[in-house]
Amino acid sequence: MSTEARAATFPAADWEGGAFPYRVGHRKLGMWLFIVSDSLTFSALLFGYSYLRASNVWPTPFPFWPSIIFSSVMTFCLLSSSLTMVFGVSASSKGDKDKARKWILATIVFGVAFIVLHLIEWKHLLDEGLRPFYLPEHWAKVFTTTDGVPPSPLFGATFFTITGLHMFHVASGAVYLLVVAARIKKLKHEDVEISGLYWHFVDLVWMFVFPLIYIMSVDAHGHLAGH
Amino acid sequence: MTADAHVEEHFAGTNKLFISIWVWLVVLTLVEIFLAYKPMSIFLMLVVLLGLSIIKAALIVAYFMHLKFERLSLILTLIPALVVCILLLSVFFPDSFRSAGLRYKFQEQPPVAPAPLEEP
Repeated sequence: MSTEARAATFPAADWEGGAFPYRVGHRKLGMWLFIVSDSLTFSALLFGYSYLRASNVWPTPFPFWPSIIFSSVMTFCLLSSSLTMVFGVSASSKGDKDKARKWILATIVFGVAFIVLHLIEWKHLLDEGLRPFYLPEHWAKVFTTTDGVPPSPLFGATFFTITGLHMFHVASGAVYLLVVAARIKKLKHEDVEISGLYWHFVDLVWMFVFPLIYIMSVDAHGHLAGH
Repeated sequence: MTADAHVEEHFAGTNKLFISIWVWLVVLTLVEIFLAYKPMSIFLMLVVLLGLSIIKAALIVAYFMHLKFERLSLILTLIPALVVCILLLSVFFPDSFRSAGLRYKFQEQPPVAPAPLEEP
């Protein structure tokens, strides 16, 4: 009996070599391990942001228009891109490479839309005067507490670092997917699945970045409206 | 190689399932945006947002990334260690409250060193 056939019947034999522990190939396992390590990178950055936020006076400057509308549409774009990616992987599993390619291209379109909207958001904030280590003057005035403590100038640093690193992941993911879509006829189904895993990870990170960075800094009472 | 064919044959999920997961994700996102404008303590807001985000992440990992249908050994290798590492990071979060109390109050004058002793 071949090692492969034996491996199917005895779980312990998975680890004796010549079989597939976890029932996934090494490339897929490698992508999962990368995803775990990258999750820790983002967790560390988000933790650093949370720590700074809890220990300082923090501005909450995001107005409904444009910031919350833009970031909500961006969230919708990423969620839809995950759906189209899942359809692409499903088509690939059925052997329909042309359909898979179309769904992957749709995913890339949503991803690029996300990046364009995000860059426009960045431009809004940069135009207002936000920099990594400086707040716009009107923000500093409005968000100074009643006992005179000014808001932390590190708002920009945390915002641009976390959203910038995430945007970098979206951009590299879009390039990765473009290569997969172009070469799909030569690739195995597993390779399409692996690119799907990376893309879903990018969406997953945004599920945390959006509430912690945007929702937690909503200008709910319109403090900045008059300025 | 026969090994590849052997690896792939398990339930991948119907398109209907994927669309319903997507609908849930969109609904939960809309709930988060709605809650942003409801008055509540920042601590409660954080707990609710983190809870919703974890649910959304779990839906994506389980269904879109297909982890629910993989072998248990893969799930156990990836998830518990990640959760433990994130909790270890979070252990230091209460230190931010101590740190918040350390900043000197801007209304008071900063402390001044005592005058040097006169030479006899």
